[in-house]
Amino acid sequence: MSKFRKSDNKETPAISTASLPDIVFMLLFFIMVSTTMRETTMKVRVSLPEATEISKLEKKSLVSYIYVGPPQQQFVSQMGSEPRIQLNDDFKDVKDIIDYVESERQSLEEQEQKQMIVSLKVDEYTKMGIVTDIKQELRKAAALHINYSTKKGK
Amino acid sequence: MPKKLPEYNASSLADIAFMLLMFFLVVTTMDVDSGLERRLPQWIDPEDIEDTPPIKERNVFVVLVDRNNRLMVEGELTRVEDLKDKTKEFLTNPANDVNLPEKEVKEIPFFGPYEVLTKSSVISLQNDVGTTYGTYIAVQNELLAAINELRDDLSKKKFGKAFNDLNSDQQDAVKEIYPQKISEAEPRKIGGR
Repeated sequence: MSKFRKSDNKETPAISTASLPDIVFMLLFFIMVSTTMRETTMKVRVSLPEATEISKLEKKSLVSYIYVGPPQQQFVSQMGSEPRIQLNDDFKDVKDIIDYVESERQSLEEQEQKQMIVSLKVDEYTKMGIVTDIKQELRKAAALHINYSTKKGK
Repeated sequence: MPKKLPEYNASSLADIAFMLLMFFLVVTTMDVDSGLERRLPQWIDPEDIEDTPPIKERNVFVVLVDRNNRLMVEGELTRVEDLKDKTKEFLTNPANDVNLPEKEVKEIPFFGPYEVLTKSSVISLQNDVGTTYGTYIAVQNELLAAINELRDDLSKKKFGKAFNDLNSDQQDAVKEIYPQKISEAEPRKIGGR
């Protein structure tokens, strides 16, 4: 009988936390693999329109972004509240687009240059005037493969 | 006999890993980029534009969007919800209506001789400078939806599979029957002062 008798006065052993780092590292690697770095700080507010017939952008390295939208609150005093174009980290003008596309193209490998995609992230309430100007510039820059960035609708 | 090394305390390793984890959570984004894919036409110098031969009225599907985001399709005020059906009607012309585009019989791989719209038939999308981008995308989306639905229907009927599951030769054949031809004119002021 004495075999099963509880020993008195024994403290519960501390739970081993040695495997906790492993679990956290697992999470860490998952996040490192499944996410991408934020490359630009947004200076314009963009709320994308919705669409259903969307296709995914497969290769992120081939994609260059053009953001169009009203400036963020802290830039309103300098830039006004009308929609502006943002390339990389700065407010730019329509005529800067050709240079931008050219420099983005140069940064790609030679055989990939033809597959370059320009993604237009344009705010829903922007007027088409500015978008059409951008499209004309892109045509001049021979960046013909474009993608109107949208959210997935129902 | 060597002395047994004392086990080192690993409890702070978790804290370090958590810190790294937080860092990555903050500086990275997870959003997948998706959108409507389009190809722009080649740039042509305005001076070099030659007069293109006129296209018959019935072969052009005119979609106008004005600055108040109203939609006019083939001269009629239309809601965005109805655009898809109208586009499908234009692209198929099931009853061989004289007001809808002409068709011609063409040899298509897998299908044999098949009645398709003539080469000159095109969807023409025009928008005003004041049209909002959201409306423009909604219209583009409906036009693409119409084409994608037609392609899907045809693929299901012929191959028993959705368009996206076909191999590239089959896809090309279906694309030849329902091409994605949307022409965008230069924007101009439509309606209003």
